[in-house]
Amino acid sequence: MGVLAMTPVFELEGVGFRYPNAPALDGVSFSIAPGQCVALLGANGSGKSTLLRLLAGLAFAQAGHVRFQGGELTEAALADDAGGLEFRRRVGVVFQNPDAQLFNATVFDEVAFGPLQMGWSREQVLERTGEALRALDIEALRERPPYRLSGGEKKRVALASVLVLDPEVLILDEPTAALDPQSQARVIDFLFERLGERTVIIATHSLEVAREIADTCAVLSGGQLAAHGPAEGILSDEALLRSTHLLHVHRHRHGPGSAHSHPHQHS
Amino acid sequence: MRRDFLEKTLRNLGDALDEAGRAESSGPLRRLDPRVKLAGFFGLILAAASSRHLPVTLGLWGLGATLAAVSGPGAWRAILRLWAGVGLLTGAVALPALFLTPGPALDWGVTQTGLQSALTLLVRVETTATFASLIALTTPWPALLKALRHFHVPALAVVIFAMATRFIFVLLGIARDAFEARRARHVGHLPGKLRRQMAASGAAMLLGKSIQLSGEVYDAMRARGFRGEAVTLDEFRCSRADWAAAGLFLALTGAALEWGCWR
Ligand SMILES: Nc1ncnc2c1ncn2[C@@H]1O[C@H](COP(=O)(O)OP(=O)(O)O)[C@@H](O)[C@H]1O
Ligand SMILES: [Mg+2]
Repeated sequence: MGVLAMTPVFELEGVGFRYPNAPALDGVSFSIAPGQCVALLGANGSGKSTLLRLLAGLAFAQAGHVRFQGGELTEAALADDAGGLEFRRRVGVVFQNPDAQLFNATVFDEVAFGPLQMGWSREQVLERTGEALRALDIEALRERPPYRLSGGEKKRVALASVLVLDPEVLILDEPTAALDPQSQARVIDFLFERLGERTVIIATHSLEVAREIADTCAVLSGGQLAAHGPAEGILSDEALLRSTHLLHVHRHRHGPGSAHSHPHQHS
Repeated sequence: MRRDFLEKTLRNLGDALDEAGRAESSGPLRRLDPRVKLAGFFGLILAAASSRHLPVTLGLWGLGATLAAVSGPGAWRAILRLWAGVGLLTGAVALPALFLTPGPALDWGVTQTGLQSALTLLVRVETTATFASLIALTTPWPALLKALRHFHVPALAVVIFAMATRFIFVLLGIARDAFEARRARHVGHLPGKLRRQMAASGAAMLLGKSIQLSGEVYDAMRARGFRGEAVTLDEFRCSRADWAAAGLFLALTGAALEWGCWR
């Protein structure tokens, strides 16, 4: 980081959250600097999606504080018309399940939905929507209903529907889950190329994805922050990865040699 | 017939919906202002549902059929399927009335009043279903949702309605996958009881899944700036033809109520 003290994009301080029947987060504290790419790692059920919902202002901390650029994220703060809309424009969310994210009748309507809610002019909506469709190479799908597309196409439409607002922060929940290897590679390449200046927060249980794009990693385990720091350090800490169920050991054979045990990831 | 009945029903329903969704409708209804269409058909549905005279209800059905016929082949095919499905269901419900309603006897134990009330019910249901489907078949979804908001239907109700219709496809897919996966685990013939259990737990899973999906969709809408009122690209404009159509709807509804209900 430079000499200037930058206000963190997000700051979490002793954050706790529980669903009616299950605790999800407990005492989570860390912050995210502008322009960083953070991988939020953790096994299934460790609280990644819940933490993302708090950062996205879709749920609110029941204990502790979540701050966005110094201002506390509360229901009241987001209910304010101008401030609430501005936050939605600046913080884009790509959800894990594209079937939930894509709810419009056509791909065009889907991508235009955000700009329309922002109250942009008709010309601006049409122009920006056209740009986003071109950028993600989905112009040909323009009139198709999103729920009938392939997994990879759905992901691209979901990305377009968020990037059309040109957000400063992009939150992605398991962006490569349920995609075939080729589509996974495409999504990762795309994130590499397009994200330059943006702050990016990616929830994943894939160490590979984290290795490819993260500067920083935060590891969740049972709703608590197990580790936080530069990506290289965390991704090479086998003991940590094993204790948080991101790696496990079992016996199998490589090539003609005999069976042996070594740490191993299943994504 | 018994084997894979659920699966087949699901698939057929999916195909029918799919076709209806893609139906490229055309004709005068397509061009009508969605607000006029919604209010107009609502009046006609009321008139058809409350009509006590078979010829009046039949006349309204004829009107619905004519409108479907001029709305393009896609809409027409969808309406034909609807008639067959609704006819079968209503027929099954109305069948006992044929024999059980007291009145002068005709052949095979059928009473005259029984025949009349079964027919009235059948025609009434077919007619209201026709009008309701015509709205859906000739109006793009966003426009329909916006028109509903014009009549102060609560935003959340509209959102849930919209989601329900969109997600029927997604849910049908989930259900079909689940049935297929389970069948793969039970190779061979399944006893009837087990199959009924599978259907029941399948329905419960579907309900849970759709509640979860609705929550996720609502999040996704809020994350992109939705604040209770969806903004759409097209503004409604009521042309002179729309006003004329509104007058026509009103006159037809009035006449149908006059002859079918109040006389
Ligand atoms: N909508 C919900 N209602 C109740 N419990 C939930 C809900 N969503 C998640 N949970 C629970 O909260 C915990 C954390 O879940 P989640 O944040 O989805 O984890 P992850 O994304 O890491 O898999 C889990 O125990 C999960 O069962
Ligand atoms: Mg998750």
